Amino acid sequence: MTDLPASPQQTSHSRGGGLRASAATTGRVTKLAGRDRMVVALMVVVPLTLVIGLVWLPAIVTVVLSFTNWDGIGPLSDIHFIGAKNYDDVLNIYPPFHPAVRNNLLFLAVLFLFATPFGMFLATLLDKEIRGSRLYQTAIYLPVVLSLALVGFIWQLIYSRDQGLINGIFGTSVDWYGDPKVNIWAVLVASSWKHVGYVMLLYLAGLKGVDPSLREAASMDGATEVRTYFSVVFPVLRPINIIILVITVIESLRAFDLVWVINKGRNGLEVISALVTQNIVGEASRIGFGSALAVLMLIISLVFITIYLSTVMREDQR
Amino acid sequence: MTTLSNSIGTTGDEQIGKRTRRRRARPLRVLLHCFLAVVALTWLFPVAWAVLNSFRDYTYTSVHGYVSLGGWTVHNYVDAWQRADFTKHFINSFYITAPAVVLTLFLSSMVAFVLARFSWRFNLVMLGLFTAANLLPQQSLLIPLFRLYRTIPLPLWMSDSGQLLDSYWGLILVNTAFQTGFCTFVLTNYMKTLPRELYEAAMVDGAGIWRQYWQLTMPLCRPPLAALATLQVTWIYNEFFWATVLMSSGDKFPVTSSLNNLRGEFFTDLNLVSAGAVIVAIPTLVIFFALQKQFVSGLTLGANKG
Repeated sequence: MTDLPASPQQTSHSRGGGLRASAATTGRVTKLAGRDRMVVALMVVVPLTLVIGLVWLPAIVTVVLSFTNWDGIGPLSDIHFIGAKNYDDVLNIYPPFHPAVRNNLLFLAVLFLFATPFGMFLATLLDKEIRGSRLYQTAIYLPVVLSLALVGFIWQLIYSRDQGLINGIFGTSVDWYGDPKVNIWAVLVASSWKHVGYVMLLYLAGLKGVDPSLREAASMDGATEVRTYFSVVFPVLRPINIIILVITVIESLRAFDLVWVINKGRNGLEVISALVTQNIVGEASRIGFGSALAVLMLIISLVFITIYLSTVMREDQR
Repeated sequence: MTTLSNSIGTTGDEQIGKRTRRRRARPLRVLLHCFLAVVALTWLFPVAWAVLNSFRDYTYTSVHGYVSLGGWTVHNYVDAWQRADFTKHFINSFYITAPAVVLTLFLSSMVAFVLARFSWRFNLVMLGLFTAANLLPQQSLLIPLFRLYRTIPLPLWMSDSGQLLDSYWGLILVNTAFQTGFCTFVLTNYMKTLPRELYEAAMVDGAGIWRQYWQLTMPLCRPPLAALATLQVTWIYNEFFWATVLMSSGDKFPVTSSLNNLRGEFFTDLNLVSAGAVIVAIPTLVIFFALQKQFVSGLTLGANKG
């Protein structure tokens, strides 16, 4: 944000149409020369091919495969369409599915109700002029640079049954990562640890961008700090609020690394992303079935991606 | 954004008012500091605990328990390094991360340049296509990608598996494809703020599109490129999923994915696990402390603009 001037000068686009250099040459429309046209085409087509080929095409193929009974090994001619049977199976006769949905929702609930608000709360505190604010910030977002896989290992030292800190202090013998009754909570604490720092960082940047005169005006009107925050600052930060919401949803949907390093998403730690992976790379390769699970993930995330895009792009237009 | 301070011009009267308010608010300030200090220490604790125990001898801690002091040693590091073969895995991480970051920045800056420089009907669609790709759940692309990678042959000098699967090339490509979206988004926004007159002048001088991109735009984009490079090195180094599923030989795993192998070997010796974890964390911690400003601005560039 420091690096970015306040608002993009260029406001209207996509009205011109055709292959022309715009705005710079308002009035006189310059057609690109033949060679330049080639260069421009290549500059877009090469990256586009990569992204379409390795991201969008596989996503579409996954949707198609979810309606088949392919085993993933045989030739492509072995693919038979079986309608929505995979979806029916996922919903009705696949035992880990319901725990996985429950865990994903639990993930979302904990991140949304505790970790995200706490990160936002810390950001509002750190936004005040206080000595050592940088020091506090640094400590709180340190976990953000660590991979989730590593987070799993670092917390193992605290959670381990025989050598962990918690059991060492309290003399208990709970297997925090292994016991299916508690392990999802252990994972949630570890992943909130990272999420809080991330949210704090994003939100703090948003707060720094709020026009100080807004706050001044509110305090002159006699509003308390809390009141100012809720009726002035929070509404102004609507775009960043939405972005944080979407990031929270997508993070809780993608929760994978942490459970995979702990026990590959079994025994109390079922999450949808781990089920997809188990069905594909695990011993039983059920491609159509795994794809159906993957499509469910895809649909949920596309809804939120759309919300995200429309938010950031509307911002962009301003 | 971290340097921004709320410098509001204050008159004498207001300052006096502020001072009295500050005096009254002092107990609150102390409370605030206490709270933040407690939170900060709590947040640091897990990492500090890992560092602490990585320097302790296993036989000592197994006798005295972990809630004790003593048994200091550096042997865990030597041991962990050798047993987990970190030299090899760090080299693997480098083989994957360095080309992927360079390629990501190169490709995304090209797209961003075109999207920012020209106004076309499909600009918004393109930007959406790239940005959304970054947010899709990776697991939902796995099957077709896996199959695709298995059918694409590579000469043996490029990959000893003879195919894109289980090769560094495959990982570089998939990481690049995923990260290009985010970088394109950030760079497009930045490039749109560059003054248009620059290009007019360049065109008068007869500079073609490529020169406008490479010699004019890219040098001006150093700040966001530096921020994105820092962020991307961290993300791709931390990437776990693709390496786990697209690599089948363990000796080609990058550091982050090789953690999983390390777990089985060190299962009973948590001091060794700590040492391993600290070793793996070092590159990202170095980035964190040395390039903090770049890292933070990279992260927030995408979410906030101006």
